Parts: sequence; C-alpha cells; structure tokens
Amino acid sequence: MASIEMKNITKIFRDAKRKRDLLAIDDVSLSVEPNQFLCLLGSSGCGKSTLLNMIAGFEKPTGGSVTVGGKPVDGPGADRGMVFQQANLMPWLPVWENVAFHLRLKGWRKADRRAAAQEYIDMVGLRGFENHFPAELSGGMSQRVGIARALLLNPQVILMDEPFAALDAQTKMDMQEELVAIWQKQRCTIVFVTHSVDEALVLGTQVAVLTSRPGRVRELIDLDLPRPRDITSQQFNDHKRHILNLIREEGMQQRKETKPDSVAASRQGAAA
Amino acid sequence: MTAIGKIWERFAWERAVVPLVILVAWEAVSRSGLLPAALLPPPTVVLHAWGDWVFGFDETAQANSGRWFADALSSAMRVAAGYAIAAASGILLGIAIGWWRWVERTVEPTIQMLRPVPPVSWIPVAIIWFGIANKPAIFLVFLGAFFPILMNTIHGVKTADRNLIRAAAMMGATEQQLLRHVVFPAALPSIFAGLRIGIGAAWMLTVTAEMVAVKSGLGYVLWDSYYFLRYDLVLAAMASIGLLGYATDGLIKLLMSVALHWQHGSTLQSREG
Ligand SMILES: Nc1ncnc2c1ncn2[C@@H]1O[C@H](COP(=O)(O)OP(=O)(O)OP(=O)(O)O)[C@@H](O)[C@H]1O
Ligand SMILES: [Mg+2]
Repeated sequence: MASIEMKNITKIFRDAKRKRDLLAIDDVSLSVEPNQFLCLLGSSGCGKSTLLNMIAGFEKPTGGSVTVGGKPVDGPGADRGMVFQQANLMPWLPVWENVAFHLRLKGWRKADRRAAAQEYIDMVGLRGFENHFPAELSGGMSQRVGIARALLLNPQVILMDEPFAALDAQTKMDMQEELVAIWQKQRCTIVFVTHSVDEALVLGTQVAVLTSRPGRVRELIDLDLPRPRDITSQQFNDHKRHILNLIREEGMQQRKETKPDSVAASRQGAAA
Repeated sequence: MTAIGKIWERFAWERAVVPLVILVAWEAVSRSGLLPAALLPPPTVVLHAWGDWVFGFDETAQANSGRWFADALSSAMRVAAGYAIAAASGILLGIAIGWWRWVERTVEPTIQMLRPVPPVSWIPVAIIWFGIANKPAIFLVFLGAFFPILMNTIHGVKTADRNLIRAAAMMGATEQQLLRHVVFPAALPSIFAGLRIGIGAAWMLTVTAEMVAVKSGLGYVLWDSYYFLRYDLVLAAMASIGLLGYATDGLIKLLMSVALHWQHGSTLQSREG
C-alpha cells in the first residue's frame, strides 16, 4: 500500500512564445495516507491536472518533491494508474485491446488478454462493445474504457482526472458506487479530481479545496461520513455549505484582483 | 438488377467515362488526317500493336511480338525491389529521426541536402557504380521512393499524439514498446501517404532508367520504338506503364484500407464507397 507525499510543490510553466511564465501551482503540500480517497476540488485552470500529472510522473515539479510509497517519482509507471481527462485511447485498437493494453506490453497471449479484459469491460458496463473502435464510442463510453484500462493495472495508486464529467446523472451515480466498491475491495489509494462539490463529498475520505490560479491548498477537510453517503443528511449539507462558502470567498478575492494573469506573472518574479 | 449490373453501376460507369471520351476524340482526330497517321496513330492501331506485343498473333510489334509479359515483369521487379528497400529504410530511418533528437541532428542535414537532387541526375553515377543492368534502375527507384516515404514517416511520428504516449507510459511501456505499439501505428496514416507518393515516383524512375541504362522493360521498349518511329508501340508502352502504376497504387490502397480499417467512420475519406 502506498502513500503519496507532496512537499512544497511549485510548478511554473515557461511560456517562451509569450515571454511570460505562469505560476500554476504555488507551494502545495499534501500527504495522502494509504487507502485514502482524496478529492481535489477547484475551479477550471487552477492546476488540478498539473498536480495529478506530477504524481503520475508526466511533469516534473519546478520546486519541491513528490514521493509515492516512499520513493521519489521520476517518470510514469504502472504502479500508478491514471484516468485522463480526455480518454486517450489508442484509436487503432478495439475496446478490449485498449483495456488490455498493459497485458499486451507484458507479452500476454491474445486469448488470455481477451479473457482478462472482459471482467473490467463488464465492470464499467460496456459489454457488447468489446470490438468497437474508439471512433465509434460516445464521450462517456470512451471515458469508461479509460477507467477499465486503469483498473486492470490493479495499481496501488489510482489517479483520476474528472473521469465522470462526461457521464449522465444515472451512469455517473452507478460509476461512483462502483468506484467506491472497487476502492474498498482493492484497498488502493485514490486521488480524484473534480469540480463538483457533491461528487467530492460522495466519494472522498478527504477533500482538498484548491484556490484559483495559482493553485494552493485552501483547506483540507476530513470527511467522516458513513457510507453509502446520504446526500440529504445534515452532516453532508454542513460540509457542502462550508465548501461552497470557501469557493465563494475565493471567487470574490479573484474579482478584486482585477488582472489575475499579471498578478500571477508578478508573483513569479518573486518565485523565480 | 443482376449482380453484374450492380457492379457495373457501382464501379465501372463513372470511371470509364473520361477514358472513353478521350479515346473517341483521339480516334476521330487521328482519322481526320490532321496529322500524319504515323505520328498520331489512332487508338485502334495502338490497340492492335499492343495486342500483338502481348499475345504475339501477327508480328505487328516485330521483335517485341509476344514479349509484353516479360517486359512488364522486368519493370515490375525493378519497381518491387527498389520500392521495398525504400519502404523499409524510409520507415525505419523516419521513425528514428522523428523520435530521437540526436538522430535528427546528425542525419537530417545530410538528407535535406540530398533530397533536392533530382534522382534522374544520379543516372551517370548509377551507371558508373552499377553498370548497365537491373542495379542502376533499382537504385533510381529507391532514390525516388525513399524521400517521400521518409518525409511522411517523420511527419507522422512528430505529429503523434503525446497523450497516447503518456497513456502507454502510464501502463509501463518501455521506449521500444512505445515505438512499436504507439508511435508506429500512430504514424501509419502518414506513412501510407508517403508510400502512395513513393509508388508513383518508383514507376517514373524505372521507366527513366530503362530508357537510358537498361536493355529490357517497358521503358526500354518505349525508347527503342521511338528510334524506329513506332509511335503505336510508344503509346502502347505509355498506356502499359499507366495501367501498371494504377494497379500497384490500387494494391497499396487496398493494403491501406486493411491496415487503417480503424479509421472507418472517423475520417472524411471513409465516406468513399
Ligand atoms: N503544458 C503546459 N504548458 C503551459 N501551461 C500549461 C500547461 N499545462 C497547463 N498549463 C497551465 O496551467 C494552468 C493549470 O492547468 P491545469 O490543466 O492543471 O488546470 P485544471 O485545474 O486541470 O483545469 P480544468 O478543470 O479546466 O481541467 C492553466 O492556466 C494552464 O493554462
Ligand atoms: Mg484538468
């Protein structure tokens, strides 16, 4: 079981074309204990994907360190399954081959791969679409293939970037339940990005509310609610009210600082 | 409607219109006496000479009578050999250049300098190196097909979706696996574009080489017939080259539709019947 440690992470994107640097993440420290379900909640562009990419090993932090299971992250690996914001399926492979891509890399035979993929295809409700190509799927279906593909890795850490954003309400609820069940069964650590307060409260054991650009941890909230979560309960709504207030304050602060980009740019002068 | 009728309707009709119109007009012009018949033989005469060249029934084609298959085969073999070498080396080198910066830095300038040199201008060198036979022709075919295949492969690799590479890396792919399971298939549509341009160049250069440096093949017959003022055979040779080029391109298109079947329904091209 793996814990995730982020220590004083900053991330600056160098923008050579516009001769301006962008401070995307500013001094974020988060530690996620094994078997936690952390939801990252924040507005669009606040750096949620960037943070996830650094845990996955696709991006290097400009400052600070990320460790997973005690080992510093230096590059992507199959110990951290990622569900991307865009599904990123191989367009030349049918659904089942996409789900079983990891096994293809491990040199499994076709029949074995096919059999192994089926369990996960069923899990995300795509039975009957095994031989469809990504171009023949809807956005939500592609997203579910991406989820099945990450689950098949059976990873210690699952990183999910708004995986349910493209789903209808019913499918979303089913998938949320399914995800919680998988998490409880496999005892993995999940970092889940969302900008829906309800979703964060339904899923997480912890919610980190991020500020708008640059991303900072505004507040880390421990959720001690019984499962399955009751979205009409008093406790649930107390948490929701609290988080919505945080977001509202954040929005007001943003509006006061008239030119957010130039503010960010001047901050980097100090950071760099 | 009968099956044959249907096939006629789907395939033959539209494709045959333009050639038919050209043939009829040509026959008319040529029979009108505007030009001496020897300089612009009508299609019927060309067809006659061509028929004899293929089947050898009345020696109209003289020494070439009945030798068409041998001629076509020797041209086709040269195309096949040069093209196969060009495809294999162009794709491999293209992937290497597109993927590794250091390969690009070391070999790209040389390649970009060689590329604008017309393959035809290599003929003297090719004859000195390889003599008069198959080899200079194969070398020219290689030169003609190599660059389009290479350039398109490089382009295909460089425009591969970074996110797919990330996804594969997330699933534990090694660099070699990335190249084989992600970069190559991602570049395949572009590679096929290069292969199709390359096959045209390949035929062009076999014929050129045969006119100068080889004593067999369709290009040789074409040039030889020109010396003997046999314009009917010249035209028959041109038509043969056109047909064979068309057929090989069709073959590559077929291969492409099999290899890229996953594109069906996602591209404009897939609307084609
Ligand atoms: N590769 C990059 N190069 C330059 N800037 C980038 C890059 N990736 C992200 N950014 C910038 O960093 C900021 C954070 O981006 P990020 O994708 O992490 O946002 P997000 O919180 O995931 O937003 P959303 O909810 O819309 O997905 C944005 O302002 C974005 O413009
Ligand atoms: Mg994002």
